[in-house]
Amino acid sequence: MAHVTQTREPRAKRPATPLRSGREAGTPYPTVASFLSPSLIGLAVFTLLPIAMALVMAFFDWPAFGSRSFIGLDNFRSLAGDPVFRAAVRNTLVFVVLYVPLNIVVSMVLAAWMSPRIRGRQFLRVLFFLPVITPMVANAVVWRLLYQPGGSIDGTWEWLTGSHAPNFLGDASWAMVAVVVMSVWQGFGYNMIVFSAAIEAVPESVTEAARIDGAGPVRTFFSVVLPMISPAIFFATTMTVITSMQVFVQPFLLTGGGPGTATETLVMYIYQAGFSSFSLGLASAASWVLLVIVLGLTAVQFRAQRRWVSYDV
Amino acid sequence: MTSEVRSAKIRAWSARSVVSHVALYLVALIFAAPLILMVATSLKPADEVFTSPPQLLGSSIRWQNYADVFSFMPFQRYILNSFLVAAIGTVVVLVASSLSAYAFARLRWAGRDSVFLLFLATLMIPQEVLVVPMFLLMQWFGWIDSFQSLIFPWAFTAFGTFLLRQFFLTVPRELDEAARLDGAGVWRTFWSVILPLSRSSIAVLAVFTFIAYWNSYLWPLIIIDSTDTMSTVPLGLSLFVGQQGTFWNLIMAASVVSMAPTILLLILLQRHLLRGIATSGLGGR
Repeated sequence: MAHVTQTREPRAKRPATPLRSGREAGTPYPTVASFLSPSLIGLAVFTLLPIAMALVMAFFDWPAFGSRSFIGLDNFRSLAGDPVFRAAVRNTLVFVVLYVPLNIVVSMVLAAWMSPRIRGRQFLRVLFFLPVITPMVANAVVWRLLYQPGGSIDGTWEWLTGSHAPNFLGDASWAMVAVVVMSVWQGFGYNMIVFSAAIEAVPESVTEAARIDGAGPVRTFFSVVLPMISPAIFFATTMTVITSMQVFVQPFLLTGGGPGTATETLVMYIYQAGFSSFSLGLASAASWVLLVIVLGLTAVQFRAQRRWVSYDV
Repeated sequence: MTSEVRSAKIRAWSARSVVSHVALYLVALIFAAPLILMVATSLKPADEVFTSPPQLLGSSIRWQNYADVFSFMPFQRYILNSFLVAAIGTVVVLVASSLSAYAFARLRWAGRDSVFLLFLATLMIPQEVLVVPMFLLMQWFGWIDSFQSLIFPWAFTAFGTFLLRQFFLTVPRELDEAARLDGAGVWRTFWSVILPLSRSSIAVLAVFTFIAYWNSYLWPLIIIDSTDTMSTVPLGLSLFVGQQGTFWNLIMAASVVSMAPTILLLILLQRHLLRGIATSGLGGR
C-alpha cells in the first residue's frame, strides 16, 4: 500500500518544476504536444468552441431546425421582457441565498460534531455522503414520495395531528422551501467531508493552548478553529454558490418549475427555451446571462475573501 | 489530580458523550429516513404504499416488484447503456487527463503556466451553459441520439487534469532523475514511474468520473431521442416515473436499482474516495 501513504504526504506548497532551473533544457515541443494534445484539442472543441458559439448564437434568431437570422440584441430584450425569465432569475437567486448558508451551516455543525471521539464516525460519514453520489433523479423521485399529498410526511402528519400537512410541492409558498430542504439533504455531505478534513488539520497544540488559556470547546471552535479553517470555508462556499446557480434536476422533477413559475430556475428556462421551444438563440442568450452571473458572484467572493479569509496560519 | 476527581470528570464527560452520541445517531436516522423508506416501499404490495397510520413494512415482502420493473421497461438495456458510456468515458478521461497532467507537472516548456491557467479558468464554466451550443455541435457532427454524444462532450474537462497534476507533483523528483540516469525518456518515466506511483489517485478520479457519467441527466435528456433503446439509467428512471406514476412501489424499486452501483462503489472504496475529496476538494456537487 505504498501508493496510499504517498497521497498522504503534505502536498500543499511544493511548486511545479520551475522553468530554466539549472542545466536541464526544456522538453522539446513535439513531445509536450503529444502529451498535451488530447486534452487541449478536447477542451478547444468541447468547451472553448461551444462557449464562443453560444455568444454568436445569442445574437441570432436560431431555430433548432430551419433558417436563422441576425437580430442583434433582440434575444436579450425578449429575456428582459419575459416575466418567466425574470421569475427564473429571481428563483435561482432565492435558491442560492437559502441553500448555500443552510448547506454550509449543516455541514459545518456535523463536521465539528463528528470529532474522532464519536464512535461509528466513518459509518456516519459514509451515510451522510451517500446522496451526494447517488443519482439526483433517484433522490428527487424518493422525495416526491415524501412530499406529495397522502405521501409519507402528510401521512405521518395526519396520523399524529388528524389534519393534513401543507401540499409542499403544490403550494407556491412551500414549493421552494421543499426544493431547498431536499437539496440540502442531498448535497451537504460533500462540504461536510471538506470541513471535517480541514478541522482535523488544525494542530492539536493550538486547540490545547486555547484550552489552557481557559477557552471552552465552543469558544475554542469559534475563536480558534473557525478562523484557521477559513480558506476551506471560502473554497466550499465559492464552489457551492457556483453549483447551486445550476440547480435543475430537483425543481424539474419535484415541481416541474411550479406551481406557476414558483420554482422555475435559470437552467430550466434554458432547457425549455432550447429544447421545448427550440429557440437556440434565446436559450444561448439565457446561458450567457447564467455564465455572467456565475462569474460575477465568483469575482465578488474572491474580492470579499480578503476581509475574512486568513491564509497565514 | 486525585483519582476520585479524575473519575468524576470521566463520568461527567461520559454523560455528555452519551447524549452527544444519541443525538447524533438520531440526526443520522432522520437523515436516512428517505432511504429507508425507499427500500421499504420498494418491497411493498402496490395497495399498501399509502396507509394511515403509516407502516414501514407491508403485509408481505414483495421481491416481485424488482422483476416487474424490468418487465415494464427495458431497464437492463438502460443499465448496459449507462455502464458502457460510463466505462468508456472514464477511460477517455483517464488517458487524456493523465497525459496532460504529466505535461503540466513534470515537463518544462515555455508557456506552461499560462496554458495551465487557461485550463483552470474553464473549470468555472458550468456544463449547463454549454448544453445549447453543444447540441448544435452534435447536429453538425451527426451525433444526435448516439453513444458518442453521451461520452465525448464531457470527457475533456480540466478537472481530471488539475486533480492528477496535484498528485503527480507529490511524486518525489528523485525518482524521475533516477529513471533519467538509467536512460529512460519522458514516456518511459511517465509510464513506469509516475503512473504506477499514482495508482490510488487515478483510481479515485476513475470512480468519481464513472459516477458522474452514471448520474448524468440533463444531457441525455437533451440528446437522446430513441428513449427505448438509448436511454441511460437516470433518463429511464424519469421516464418510468412518467409512465407508471402511481406505482410507487415499482418506482422505488427502480430507484434502488439506479442507486445500487454508486452505493456499492462508495462502500467498497469509502476511504479512498472521502480522502480524495478532502485532499483535492473538487468534484462532486
